[in-house]
Amino acid sequence: MIEGILIGLTTALTLQNILMVMVGCFFGTIIGMLPGLGPMTAIALMIPITYGFDPATGLILMAGVYYGAVFGGSTSSILLNAPGVPGTVATSFDGYPMAQQGKAGKALAIAAWSSFAGGTLSAIYLLFMAPSLSKVSLSFRSPDYFALMILGLTAIAAFSSKGQFLKAMMMVVLGLMLASVGQDSLSDITRFTFDNMNLTDGISFVLVVMATFAMSEALTIILKRNDPTSAAKQVSLTELGSIKINKEERSKMYKTIPRSSIIGFLIGVLPGAGATIASFLAYGMERNVVNDEEKEKFGKGSVNGLSAPETANNAACSGSFVPMLTLGIPGSGTTAVMLGALLGFGVQPGPRLYMTNPEIFWSIIMSMYIGMVILLILNLPLIPYIARILAVPKNYLIPLILFFSVTGIYVMSFNNFDIYLMIGIAVVATFLRLYDFPMPPLILAFVLGGLMEENLRRSLLLSNGSWEFLWDRTLTLCILLTTILIVVWQFYKSIIKK
Amino acid sequence: MNINTTKIISLLFFIFSAFYLYTAYQIQVFAFDENAPFNARTFPIYLGYAGLFFSGLKLVLPEPNTIKVDHKNLEYKKTAILIVIAIIYGATILKVGYFLTTSLFLFSSYYFLGERRWILMFLLSFPFVAAFMYLLHGVLDIYLRDPFLQSIGVMG
Repeated sequence: MIEGILIGLTTALTLQNILMVMVGCFFGTIIGMLPGLGPMTAIALMIPITYGFDPATGLILMAGVYYGAVFGGSTSSILLNAPGVPGTVATSFDGYPMAQQGKAGKALAIAAWSSFAGGTLSAIYLLFMAPSLSKVSLSFRSPDYFALMILGLTAIAAFSSKGQFLKAMMMVVLGLMLASVGQDSLSDITRFTFDNMNLTDGISFVLVVMATFAMSEALTIILKRNDPTSAAKQVSLTELGSIKINKEERSKMYKTIPRSSIIGFLIGVLPGAGATIASFLAYGMERNVVNDEEKEKFGKGSVNGLSAPETANNAACSGSFVPMLTLGIPGSGTTAVMLGALLGFGVQPGPRLYMTNPEIFWSIIMSMYIGMVILLILNLPLIPYIARILAVPKNYLIPLILFFSVTGIYVMSFNNFDIYLMIGIAVVATFLRLYDFPMPPLILAFVLGGLMEENLRRSLLLSNGSWEFLWDRTLTLCILLTTILIVVWQFYKSIIKK
Repeated sequence: MNINTTKIISLLFFIFSAFYLYTAYQIQVFAFDENAPFNARTFPIYLGYAGLFFSGLKLVLPEPNTIKVDHKNLEYKKTAILIVIAIIYGATILKVGYFLTTSLFLFSSYYFLGERRWILMFLLSFPFVAAFMYLLHGVLDIYLRDPFLQSIGVMG
């Protein structure tokens, strides 16, 4: 492991990679602050630029964007009570009341230190857990992988659908259908191309991400007459107050941070869960473990109430890298985007990644530490200035998002068919969003589609066409039973309970 | 059964899945692969049935929370204009080139969204695209085809 850490440090500490982490954190913070535009949009917009770099640098840049977006989301939660990302909703429960009491600077500092500690601690957990899990996952067979992918897709549908499980499952199927367009990987037989040469290689992953997130979000903002920057104009961003944290507040944080980081990390590792659930769970748990006097302060500007979700959401970000790096199966929409980008680089994440591409594996982990430090020392003092960037009018913001989306596709294919296809998918996605059809399950399914078919192919061929492979191995059976449990629970919640 | 837009979307998805399934059955596989446990049409066939299953359930089961969208408050006109501008952009980019079409795309988008600060609109279109193009083409070595700039001798 020491050798790996050194390889990671050597790669992550090059001038170019440090610069990438800085750019990523800065850009992510800005996008994350804008309500409605989350880390997936920020990362999607960055993908075309990352293709100019080597895989390690590209992934370091995207990871920086990810942390930056989560950090930026908490800033708008605290200052504007308008969470930039769902993972920072719980932050506003106590962050915003604190800001209203004239302690915005302090709230931002508590959030920044908690994020830093949560991110750093979970990066340490990742450091120890990822290689061990990689070794364990070497024993995984195709049926296990297939069952695990079904579990991941079901879990993300269950967690991202807000009680609309069937809608999310329809999006999963749509994502898999889109992934099936193009040549079959084994026989080279073309499928669903309708004799269109542009579809022979399938639909580009970047195209689907850009269309369903960046472009569709921009169109939704216009369609719904939302203005993500309007709230920023209503607050005084220059009078944030002191950013100093006193001894009593620090001692409260010392107790909250370790337990919230563990919850956040473990929730992050679970497929489909992620920062939102982690932050709510940590907030709820913290409220239950503090004394009655402190409990009374929850919702009115409690230090524990602010520190817990902030620690947990950053810890969950690092945790979500575990299944992606060790199993090659992303646990969240954001890591699905990163996985797609990695596949675009020709790198296959999975249990062998840390043996075949140790510089990528370890440099991502090492860059997490660097990213946390940069977020702390760069963003905290700059928050009042970064927040002013939010005053950029919607009339400029939307065309710029569209510009980055279309350019991203154009530089990858030099083909106007892809631009039309992207516009078509974005229009459909915008319409589906209006009726609460979630997009993250579609992306995860699209990324996993090829791998899922491959593993099903191997499993069925090995079992001579019998579906017994699903219960032949104990591990496969356990994963399958967990999936069934999630499905039954969702149906119980959405049908029987109502 | 209450008919609402979600049900209509589910019905469309059901029809789409049926079409997908029909097309999946039409996929030509090699003769020796026809009776194999897995061939190029196996996975799409399962997907087609899955699509029919989930959209069918959505159609049949009662809707717990009906989503109501107030169409009067939606900005259809500006959204449609932006989409048309993007389509025109797609149609012209290969012939005219990246710089001019992208700059005009940005400039016209600002205009149709209601912006009238001409200098700012100009600065955030032409010079902005030039700087971005330099970053991609000059710094990151990502090739950008531009017949317009080539014709005036700016690009080699």
